[in-house]
Amino acid sequence: MSQRTNKLKEAIKAVPANIFSGFVVSLIALPIGLGLAMASDAPPMAGVISAIVGGVVVSVFGGSHVTIAGPGNGLVGVLLVAISTLGLQDAYIAIICSGILLVILGYLRLGKLADFFPSTVIQGMLAAIGLIILGKQFHIMLGNRLSLENNLDYIFAMPEAIVNVFYYSDVGAISAGLSGILSLAILIIYPKLRNRYLQLVPAPMWIVLISIAFSYYCELVLKTPNLIAEDYMIRGIPPIEQLMNDLPDIRFTAFSDWLFWAQVLALALISSVESLLSIKAVDQLDPSKRRSNFTKDIKALGLATAVSGFLGGLNVVTVIARSSVNVNSGGSNRSSNFFHAIFLLIFIVLFSSQLERIPLPALMAILVFTGYKLAAPKNMLKMVSIGKEQLLIYFITLLSTLQIGLVAGIIIGTTSTFIIHVVSTRSILVFTRNFLKPNVLMFQESEGNGQYFVSVKHFCTFVNFFRLKGKLDNVPETETIVLDFSLCEFVDHTVMDSLSAYQELFEKRGGHFEVIGLDTHAADSSHPFAIRKLVPFSGLLSQHLTKRQMALETLSKDYDFQYNPKKVDRAAFLESFIFFRSKKVNYIHNLVKSKQEPITAFDVNFSEGEFIAKEVVNTTMVHINLKHALPIFTLDKEGFLQRLYGVAGFTNISISSPGDFSKRFYLLGEKPNEVRAFFNKTIIHFFESNPYFHIESNGKSLLIFGKERSASIHEITRLIDFSSRLFQVVENDHS
Amino acid sequence: MPVKSFGIIGVGVAFSPNLKANLYEGARLALFLKAKLVLIHVGTMSDEKTKLLHELLQGHQAEGLEYRIYCQDGDPVEVILSTVSEARIDLLILGALQRENFLKYYLGSIARQITRRASCSVLLLVKPSVERVPCEHIVVNGLADPKTEQTIATAFSVAKSLSAYKITIVEEIKPQEVAISVDDDRSLRRSQIIKERLKHREESRVKQIISNIPDDLKDDIMVHSQSIFGKRGYSIGHYAQVVRADLLVMNAPRKMTFWDRLFPHDIEHILGELPTDVLIVQ
Repeated sequence: MSQRTNKLKEAIKAVPANIFSGFVVSLIALPIGLGLAMASDAPPMAGVISAIVGGVVVSVFGGSHVTIAGPGNGLVGVLLVAISTLGLQDAYIAIICSGILLVILGYLRLGKLADFFPSTVIQGMLAAIGLIILGKQFHIMLGNRLSLENNLDYIFAMPEAIVNVFYYSDVGAISAGLSGILSLAILIIYPKLRNRYLQLVPAPMWIVLISIAFSYYCELVLKTPNLIAEDYMIRGIPPIEQLMNDLPDIRFTAFSDWLFWAQVLALALISSVESLLSIKAVDQLDPSKRRSNFTKDIKALGLATAVSGFLGGLNVVTVIARSSVNVNSGGSNRSSNFFHAIFLLIFIVLFSSQLERIPLPALMAILVFTGYKLAAPKNMLKMVSIGKEQLLIYFITLLSTLQIGLVAGIIIGTTSTFIIHVVSTRSILVFTRNFLKPNVLMFQESEGNGQYFVSVKHFCTFVNFFRLKGKLDNVPETETIVLDFSLCEFVDHTVMDSLSAYQELFEKRGGHFEVIGLDTHAADSSHPFAIRKLVPFSGLLSQHLTKRQMALETLSKDYDFQYNPKKVDRAAFLESFIFFRSKKVNYIHNLVKSKQEPITAFDVNFSEGEFIAKEVVNTTMVHINLKHALPIFTLDKEGFLQRLYGVAGFTNISISSPGDFSKRFYLLGEKPNEVRAFFNKTIIHFFESNPYFHIESNGKSLLIFGKERSASIHEITRLIDFSSRLFQVVENDHS
Repeated sequence: MPVKSFGIIGVGVAFSPNLKANLYEGARLALFLKAKLVLIHVGTMSDEKTKLLHELLQGHQAEGLEYRIYCQDGDPVEVILSTVSEARIDLLILGALQRENFLKYYLGSIARQITRRASCSVLLLVKPSVERVPCEHIVVNGLADPKTEQTIATAFSVAKSLSAYKITIVEEIKPQEVAISVDDDRSLRRSQIIKERLKHREESRVKQIISNIPDDLKDDIMVHSQSIFGKRGYSIGHYAQVVRADLLVMNAPRKMTFWDRLFPHDIEHILGELPTDVLIVQ
């Protein structure tokens, strides 16, 4: 009970901060809402209506914490097509239907549509949307209205439009173009200014304020009509009373048309994709580290979309830019979304007539800016660094989206991704044979510190990533996960990309997320997100380091160790250990060598028995070279090597000590007396008070290891620390 | 506690490159379990073939192995199944196939049909070998099923005979039992609590089963239990592969229907890709 009152108290305490952040967000939401609606060929108020409905409905029914809902950039492309093919009235019906579809998907727990597509395809699609917005609005920003056939034509016409600007003769057009260019300049320069007072008002609002001030300046001071031609002003902003009468009428004439349903599908698809991406990104920003309930949110967004459609608004999605402003302005719970809607409502009730003083080019500059951000060449460069095949997928998606349409673009992009996967593995069987099989195992190790171990078999790509994701989502971000890909033949970019997001999230929330078993996979580029495929027994390791190897590199730097990721074939020093007597060492790699002490950690790849060749195993071990001779012995907890050492003439040695040493460890050796002499009080105390590792001595050096698999970075650190302290104890003991 | 005893062991004999390995595995096991060996050959038996078999098994015979040869012409599946009931075989040994250069093993269609229809226990070997590969770690299922108790007891007796040092009992818990889908922090917390409770329940059930097992089967063997939330029949196979177990002991499946083959579940996942040697206890 007290917890609940505490929560309530906190919520009340947070209200002023949320009112403020809601206000700041509404300052951006107003111009962006107007702009997005106009870019979609809808009446300008439609955007503001969807922001208001979104703010109210999603803040009440939603499941996320600091997100802002409203009209989205991504939807401009789809809405544009919907309105031009169906007409405005039927487009509203399509919006309502897409909202209902989202609610249904939410109840079926299928709302996370973006999870089923390759991430490069999503990137390519977003870039295409960016280009659609950029291409079309760029001309309006320059005060030049065009109407061309095709999305690509608008983009190709851009250089010509820039040249044309210098031949404008009409004052109205010149000042219209100037207002657009100035606004764009404000948007570009604004983030670089670090003035506290200037930053109080977001850049888009500055544009609105300056334009309105300019129009009043013309009217009151210059006593002339606005310099910017009437043509280029926002029109069609009705007073609030009229909005109520202008509700779209509900009709079902379009229901029999397949084109209508295609639009509904596209709207729902893009809404879900944009919302999921935004929510994921915003969750990373949330200072209170909460997990958003996406299923609940998608239902709320669907409901909001349906209501918004009824009231003459557009689709409601979660929007990243406004949400991040919300977090930065101190928004801490859903109420900021609600307040942003209330402020918007107040604005249009009080100032709707003022909005007509904003020049269209200025508003469109905001969209050009967003479009550019979506299509940023930076993303393209990232694709190049990940791999050529990603760039190919990116461009296939981009061009087919621009040329044919969004849904077609996604389908073509996804299909080509799959084809590229098949080509790069040179085998379709890996995918077809294992597609339906469950391929993920997760269990919480009942020994040790209870970390989660996840193993993935066969292949892991966008096609079956949902299986792995389903497991990972069930683990609190404060835990430790070790994800093993050594049984997996092929891992694609989508998976690597998402895993890196998990990694970040776990690190942020105090957990630990580590990927192992990729060190023997080949990659085409050095980027950590590149496709990885297992090259069986080729013996060729790629030079590109995996994340684990890079972590080892930094670890070595931190500890002032030497790191060598390269494979070393000769590992003769291991042969004298009895553990390796029936095993064949194939190679050692990932050597981490201490500069001060004779301690080396490494991954060893061995197979058990040459003829039997039962399995190839990768294990992380530490080798300590000692200056003094010591008795030959082995110390382990399970006694699982008892038989092996029995053959070698070892006998069980019991040690009497005050602690439970003999109960916890199996100590075996050839010469019991020497071993007993070596295990004096200090050394026994050391083993009793430290975590367990398997230890073997061959008379002049020690071999130490934990589990029979590659160790995670945490485990390696522990292993090295243990070895270093053991070395100190043994050396001190001798001197 | 009913411990399944394997008095008569059957092994299929085909005159293939694998003949020696298959025979040796069967003979070794028969010696370990103190059982009689029945060699089943589909086809006609010539003197030459009989001689070869006798030669191969000479060494084992000296150690006290008793064996008989059954041969009959006809459909391999039918012949083997009829011999199983005729010779009262308790344990049938079948070899698997390896596909691709990755270490993956599959059952051929004949072995698969026999496994599905056999009335006795079946041991599937992924890689029969002439030399003995010591069996060190055995994984056994701990499902809530009436057959489980016998299966676990059998696993212990096999472990004793093969002198394995470790047995892991895996309790697979269906994710549906948690009955909460994780969406946010609250549902995650609740699901964690429920999982903890289920785990506890399963572990105490397994503990109960272990306590019923005679002590002489248990000493010298480390017993470990691991609960896994995952697809039943699949997770245990993957787990056995990950921990590199030498033998996986499973309950025999209930009656197979058409749907079971279409939507593989329980044992079908393991038959699809053998993680290691598998013993299916009838």
